[in-house]
Formats: sequence, structure tokens, C-alpha cells
Amino acid sequence: MNLPDLSKFQASGRETCFHGRHIGAQIYADLDGTNWRLKDYEARGGYTALKKILGKDGGSGMTPEQVVAEVKGSGLRGRGGAGFPTGLKWSFMPRALPVQKYLVCNSDEGEPGTCKDRDILAYNPHIVIEGMAIAAYAMGTSVGYNYIHGEIFEIYERFEEALCEAREAGYLGDDILGSGFKFQLHAFHGFGAYICGEETGLLESLEGKKGQPRFKPPFPASFGLYGKPTTINNTETFAAVPWIINHGGDAYLKIGKPNNGGTKIFSMVGDVELPGNYEIPMGLPFSKLLELAGGVKGGRKLKAVIPGGASAPVLPASIMMDLTMDYDACAKAGSMLGSGAVIVMDETRCMVDALLRLSYFYMHESCGQCTPCREGTGWLWRMVHRIEHGQGRPNDLKLLDSVAENIMGRTICALGDAAAMPVRGMLKHFRDEFAYHVEHKHCMVGPGASRMAPRAEAVTA
Amino acid sequence: MSNGANAPLVLSEATQARFAREVAKFPPDQRQSAVMACLAIVQQEQGWVSAQAEEAVAQYLGMPPIAVSEVTTFYNMYNQRPLGRFKLNVCTNLPCQLRNGQHALEHLCRKLGIEEGGTTADGLFTIQKSECLGACADAPVLLVNDRQMVSTMSDARLDDLVETLKASAR
Repeated sequence: MNLPDLSKFQASGRETCFHGRHIGAQIYADLDGTNWRLKDYEARGGYTALKKILGKDGGSGMTPEQVVAEVKGSGLRGRGGAGFPTGLKWSFMPRALPVQKYLVCNSDEGEPGTCKDRDILAYNPHIVIEGMAIAAYAMGTSVGYNYIHGEIFEIYERFEEALCEAREAGYLGDDILGSGFKFQLHAFHGFGAYICGEETGLLESLEGKKGQPRFKPPFPASFGLYGKPTTINNTETFAAVPWIINHGGDAYLKIGKPNNGGTKIFSMVGDVELPGNYEIPMGLPFSKLLELAGGVKGGRKLKAVIPGGASAPVLPASIMMDLTMDYDACAKAGSMLGSGAVIVMDETRCMVDALLRLSYFYMHESCGQCTPCREGTGWLWRMVHRIEHGQGRPNDLKLLDSVAENIMGRTICALGDAAAMPVRGMLKHFRDEFAYHVEHKHCMVGPGASRMAPRAEAVTA
Repeated sequence: MSNGANAPLVLSEATQARFAREVAKFPPDQRQSAVMACLAIVQQEQGWVSAQAEEAVAQYLGMPPIAVSEVTTFYNMYNQRPLGRFKLNVCTNLPCQLRNGQHALEHLCRKLGIEEGGTTADGLFTIQKSECLGACADAPVLLVNDRQMVSTMSDARLDDLVETLKASAR
């Protein structure tokens, strides 16, 4: 069924990506929404890193080992959420093993708050293709897939178009730039399942099944797609690679701070004046990031921030205003940098209300494999729901603690932890607010609180 | 439910060509990998995924119909029953909710006189709340028929969208 022209309702990228408020942008540099094609990317210096490693720039080329070493030296860490060192991950691949190996890009961007990969794929798709081709060379993989969030179908179609351009130009194929290096890359789309952002759930989905995560070990590097060695990296991770090859791992590392190299894209969402994606050097203070996003909406006071996507524990304003945005600082503060989604909440927000929606999400998206997650996420939601609706019981906060604690670490994948961590973070920093709700049957924030949850939702506790 | 008694949907040549393009992305012994794409194609063409369509996809890919059905029922975006001509999925997850996502959902429901999950009597619109669409900075956002996302949907823009869609259906 054909759809009418809805272009006037669609995002232009001006607010989220071409706002000119990045600092030292590498991935988002010089984009304007029209210059996503191959010729534009080449004009920006695109595909020079691929030429460099293949010795097609007049130089002597790089061995796969040298490429891995360069990435290791850059301090690049996985941009999808876990922050695992990319070079180290690449070194786990049994490069010389004479079996088919696979490379997968995780563009299943569904962590609430995150919309950075969408803008990379929409406005600079070739940087991901080049990054993947370099990774494929480094790990001896000849076939790759980019798994794209089903909800951004137009961007999946654009990526297919970019792939066609890259194939025609000889950047992908059986004999890339006449070097003998072979790499075939395809686009794949999801169709609405948060769990497929988990790497083994994603692999199951790629195999045409329900996206239910697998036990690890074995890790994908030994048993991945179709049971073959597979490396999975996030979109932004691949997009960082061409710069590292062009400028060197050392230069990349120097941009960030030790152990936290390079730039990072943050999605500033929620109660800010100028929501959007901001690419900044790793380790910049949160206060500076908030300033780039125009400050708290309406000049109101900052109350709380979830610094790394919905699964990260919330932090109060007092901690956030002293925090630098990098993996180690966020972990030390008791949260995580995660995917770089910064969910900002102002003084009119009720934390019970906020947690209610997050808890619903994890209940809805639990794949149902593991009992602690399947049953526990529903239990958490029902408890938060009754607290929000003035039916909280005196023992509920302890019970929330207990259920959250008993989900943590007892499931096949991290979705269970992801559901438990927001609960634990909220109870750690805003326990009084929850206790007030239970005791007084109404909100502590007062009549000025902006309530978000639907009022008349029926629930069986 | 899928069962052997359903005569499979007859796939047109054009549909089969679209399927073939997806299958070609995978190793010859891994045709099943194309199931999500094939089901999305069926949904685009038929409006939903019927048991007969699941049978046809199963036959085409050489997999058991129940395995196809498992996929249809696992992923949120497959329509397991016929819906309105325009399916509007409004994101109401927390980042969107902070920017009036819930309000946008309620505004649409009020305007069209239906409840969340419902379809208008004229069969034009179905409204569903949805989980993160991955466009949080553009909130309120909604997805039209799985394929087109519309952004920063104020009440006025929502009204305009409804009128635009209505006009295109005339």
C-alpha cells in the first residue's frame, strides 16, 4: 500500500544534527542532510582510510594485525552501551581459521533516549560502510550484515542505496579496489523488538527466529551467526574507525581522556531546550553538554538525569553537575555512560511517574525466556503502578529492592539487569519521594507536578 | 494461528521477486534469515499477516509454518489482524513522554473518537501506543504504517496529519 507524501512532517535533521553545536565532530562533521551520497563522502575525505590499509593510496598498506593494533591503541570502546574495548574484541576473532566468519553492525537502536545511530545512518551512511570494511579486513571476514531498527525503515532503505553506491564504486565486493580483499555487506531490518539490541538476540533474529538471547559462553567470536565466528559492534563504533586509521590511534586517544578515547555522540532528550545529538570529546563536563542543549527547558531547575539510556541508573542533579561524560566517571558515580542517551528531567517531574513508564517498557519487552525477568519485570511494574496510584503498601519499597536484587545477575541476558537498575537507582537517590507516595497516597512534587502517565489504567496487582 | 488447513496465499510474481532479493542476501542454506523481510513485505502489500500468508512465506523459504508464526507473534510491528488503512504508532516511552508523547496519543484518540488500540468506524485509522522508535529528540513522534516516521507532532501538526491522510484516502 502506497503512502501519501508526508515529507512536511518528517525530521530534517536540522534540530538534531546540523545545529552547529558539536565540538570537534568527526562523525557528524560537515553534514547538512543533502550530502550523504558517495561522492559527497569522498569529497569529505571518505574511503581514504580503506585505501590506506589496502595500499591503494600510494603507500605500503597495513596488515590486519596493524589495523587491530591501531584500534587497540585508540582506546575506542563500544558505543552501543557496554563500553568494551573495540580493539580487544577484534583480537578475539580467530582470523586465520579457515571457516566463514561474519561481521555484524548493531543498528538496532532502541534504547529509550538514543537516536544517534539514526542520524549517522541517515546523513553519513558511508562512514559506517567504510568502518565495517576496515573491520572486515582486520578480522578476515568476507560477509557482513547491518541490522537496522525496524522502526526507521526509511533509513534502512537509504542504507541499501548507499550499499549500491559502494558496490558500484568497488568499495564492497569480491575484489575491493583491485586488492583481492573480499567483503560483501547487506542490510537487514528488525520489526519491533528491543531485545534484538542484545547481541545474541540480534543474531537469533538474523537467523530468522524469535530474538531470544543465547547463553554466553560461547561468545559470538567463537559461536555467532549460523554458529560461525562473528564480531558485533555498534554503528557509532564502526563510524569512529576511519578517523582512527587516517589519524592514528594515539591522536584519537588524546581527544578524549585516558581509557576513554575520541569523541562520543550524546542524545540530549527530555527536559532540555534544544533536544538533539551532540558529538563532543569524551570526558567533557555534563554541565557543558547541558549548555550546548540550551539548558533545562523553560529555565527550570534540573532534578535528575539518566545519563546512559533508560537502563542506566538515574543520578540526581547534584552529582550530575560535577560529572564528566565518560565511561569511567559515569561508572564511578554509580551509573553508566551506556549508549550516550542523556534523559534530562526538571524539578516538576515525579520520579514515581518516570519509573512507572520505564518499568512498563521492560515488562513489555522482556522476551520471556528467564523466569526472574519475565515475572519480575511485571511484578516491578505492578508495584510502581500501585504506588503511583495511591495504593502503595508499607512494605512496597523493600519489596521493590528485593525483586530488583533478585532479577540482577539471574538471567541469560542483560535485559533483566536493565529493568532492575533503574529501580535501584531511583530508590537509592529518590527513596523519600517513593516513601511519601506510599504514605500520603499522592505526589511529593506537589500540585505543580507535570504528570505523564495515563490516569485510568486498570491493573490487577 | 497457523495450521495446515489454510490454503497458502498465492504470491504474485512481483512479490516473489521482492522475496528473492531478500533471500539473496544470505547463504543458500539459510533462507530462513529472510523471514522478517518477507513478512514485512507481505504486511506492506496486504495490510496484515494472515495465517495464509504465513503458510506462503513458510513454503517459499522452506521452513515450518509454526516457525514463521513465532516470528510474526514475537515482533511488535507485525499486524496479526487487519487494522485500519493507516496504522499510527505513537511513542510513549519516557523520553517521548517528557515531551508530550502521551499527550499526542491522547489527542489523536480524542480527535478520532477511539481508544488506544482501536480502529475508527470508517476503517481509516488504527492508533497504538508503541515503545521506543529511536527518535527521542524529535518527540512527539509517531510511525505511519511501519514505514514513515513523522516528528515533533504538536496538536496542530497531528490535526494536519490526520487531514492529509484522510485526503489521500479519498
